[in-house]
Amino acid sequence: MINLDTPKKFRAFVDQANQVADNFLRANSRKYDLAEHAYPKELDLLASLIDGMSDSGQGQGAGAAGVRRGEDDADGKKAKNKVKNGTNMSSVLSVIEMCWGDVGLLLSMPRQGLGNSAIASVATDEQLEKFKGTWSAMAITEPSFGSDSAAIKTTAVKDGDHYVLNGEKIFVTSGDRADSVVVWATLDKSLGRAAIKSFVVSKDTPGIRVERLEHKLGIRASDTAVIVLDNCRVHESNLLGSPEVDVKQGFAGAMATFDNTRPLVAGMAVGCARASLELIRELLEKAGVDIDYDRPATSQSYAAATFLQMEADWEAALLLTLEAAWLADNRKPNSMEASMAKAKAGRVGNDITLKCVELAGTLGYSETEFLEKWSRDSKILDIFEGTQQIQQLIVARRLLNLSSTQLK
Amino acid sequence: MASRKDPMGIGLAVLNRIASSPTIDRLGLRKQSEKAVYHGTRAGFQAAGAAGRTFKKVKGSGKPARQSSTGDSGVFDLTPTEDQQMIVGVVAEFADEVLRPGAEAAEKTDDTPKEVLAQTTEFGLSLLNVPEALGGLSEERSATTGVLVAEALAYGDMGQAVACLAPSAVATAISLWGSDEQQQTYLPAFTGDDVPAAALVISEPTPLFDPFELGTTATKSGDGYVLTGLKSGAVRGLEAELFIVSAALEGKPALFVVEATAEGVSVAADPSMGLRAAGLTRLKLDGAPAALLGDGAEDDYREAIRLARLGWSALALGTAKAVLDYTKEYVVGREAFGEPIAYRQSVAFMVANIAIELEGMRLVTLKAASRAEQRQSYAREVALARKLAAEYGMKIGTDGVQLLGGHGFVKEHPVERWYRDLRAVGLMEGAVLV
Repeated sequence: MINLDTPKKFRAFVDQANQVADNFLRANSRKYDLAEHAYPKELDLLASLIDGMSDSGQGQGAGAAGVRRGEDDADGKKAKNKVKNGTNMSSVLSVIEMCWGDVGLLLSMPRQGLGNSAIASVATDEQLEKFKGTWSAMAITEPSFGSDSAAIKTTAVKDGDHYVLNGEKIFVTSGDRADSVVVWATLDKSLGRAAIKSFVVSKDTPGIRVERLEHKLGIRASDTAVIVLDNCRVHESNLLGSPEVDVKQGFAGAMATFDNTRPLVAGMAVGCARASLELIRELLEKAGVDIDYDRPATSQSYAAATFLQMEADWEAALLLTLEAAWLADNRKPNSMEASMAKAKAGRVGNDITLKCVELAGTLGYSETEFLEKWSRDSKILDIFEGTQQIQQLIVARRLLNLSSTQLK
Repeated sequence: MASRKDPMGIGLAVLNRIASSPTIDRLGLRKQSEKAVYHGTRAGFQAAGAAGRTFKKVKGSGKPARQSSTGDSGVFDLTPTEDQQMIVGVVAEFADEVLRPGAEAAEKTDDTPKEVLAQTTEFGLSLLNVPEALGGLSEERSATTGVLVAEALAYGDMGQAVACLAPSAVATAISLWGSDEQQQTYLPAFTGDDVPAAALVISEPTPLFDPFELGTTATKSGDGYVLTGLKSGAVRGLEAELFIVSAALEGKPALFVVEATAEGVSVAADPSMGLRAAGLTRLKLDGAPAALLGDGAEDDYREAIRLARLGWSALALGTAKAVLDYTKEYVVGREAFGEPIAYRQSVAFMVANIAIELEGMRLVTLKAASRAEQRQSYAREVALARKLAAEYGMKIGTDGVQLLGGHGFVKEHPVERWYRDLRAVGLMEGAVLV
């Protein structure tokens, strides 16, 4: 039966997440926006709380952890044909609440890095045990490429039971604070995408170092590192997935991770934009602007009509995000929907937060309110995990059934 | 237990009706004879209800019958029920085999063929929202089913879809808000074999029209009321036998029942940019006798406005999907500079954005419907769905024409009609109800 409201079983959990976001994230939001690169120590307590919840099975995907498609949901029931609201849905709902609090601080959550998502998604049981408790960042991008992940230059050369890694990685979120980094490298550049593998590299391994930290437009609470790998020797048991180069399988395996992470980034944009919408509504109402859902927008004030348009776009982004998560929970293909969600949420998240600044005038532009901050934070959400343009490319290729050589 | 029809029982009832009726094929509706163009050429106001029946007043027992609602399901789910899938399957076939091929001809006559309308009677389109006790199909009401049906019809042709849904809007209004007497008097006609043309008329031909600030007024007269004013957007008004009309009563908007044969009721064709097959008319009320629908509660009126807008959002979904499917095929087949134009990002991204915005507006529309169905507040969701349908529905319409270039501008292809039809979505009030 068609129903698009928050699942009943997650409502209490969402409410809790909202309180956590309010008290731990929103409360420290401006502090770490101003003190870029300072470690947000308040998050340590929160992270242990989330670890505790995960261990006791109450987490419901409270963190940014990955999703293993092979396993059953938290209920432990094998209910075929029964519609599931599982960990993909709860993770997205959680991320929305957290980013309503602060996007940068969510990204700084100890042991909830993108590397953790990758480990959780593809690691073997032995590896899961081995990397338990690590805080892992993800290192894909290099100075010479961004969207074109197949152009990886960082090399991994087999030497006995080790791989030797060499290269430079940029835009590594939590690269400084994390304990380990999941590094993407190629075993053989001539074999193309199929030869790209990922390695869990502990930060205390000789040969890996943080070169510098970026100063950014937004999400300043989160550290963004440049990482250099200089003859860094990594044991072969740290390779995630199969060590074989399967040219037929190509890049699909690595890219499949994005089907699970893109809805999460879409959720970040949805959460951030909701914060702006709530605040601008409050400010507008104080200024005497009523928003009426029944009267035609054309008969209301410009501000009210603009708010309605923003809220409509926001609702569409929210539901596209939930749809992508719902498909994943129910083991249905969601590549296109994940990209649709990311495209819509990325662009409207940015549009909405910027428009809210405009509506609030100098009050919105000033650091006295969060509106200006959210409009800076939102920009990255239309860029990382695949830019707006990459998402459109993915959607278009799927819709029109075109290959990457046909639709470039 | 055995006799109770839950919402899932609706589909079976519909299928049963179809099984016992002539099929689309046997009716030979695919080859429509082109009717004489007469509506567009009939000028000026004329007395309404020329062929109209008189509705014999029936005294009721005092308590109107209402459909119940479903409870809060609590699970996020995008899967239609099996019965909804069956209903939509039948309606989609009808849209595909009857409405789409007949769209051009229907547009030329400014009307929807009677055979097509009769076909919708066969599968009980006007029965969906009528309580079982009054000859309807189900004890429970599902706005979601209404949305899915409207969407499927509009995928065929929005103009004819509106014409098909117009009597259902009136039957739904009487079922939801009418008094027992009104239900007993009017609903039998809508549950019978000869469903009357009827229209729910809210709009007025003024700029920035607001359905809560009406120019048409109602004044008390004896036991009833008389209405005065000019209404617009009356679907198939020239044929209509019954109108539900909005008017201001002591400054507050309310719905009134107006029989077409009543004095002071006249109609005039109002050919418009699109929706030609819906036979749009203006309705002039000059001291026309009318009865307040039900007790005229303000909440009922608000609900009517919302459910109509929900219906228009649903119609936009169907037509926008038609644009998407048509342009998808066109851009892959059409070549320029030695390769399909789909190979260009500027073209392919337009199609991607059509799909993205369509999916977004579809989900918001379904959320509004499912909340209405579960008796939760849905004013916000309807407003958002309407905003998206108006904004992106039109954007999809104009991009559809753009993608075909000059070919989109000529009637060789249906996209120019979809463009004209989609312009209606953000401005129409009333006419359909889900």
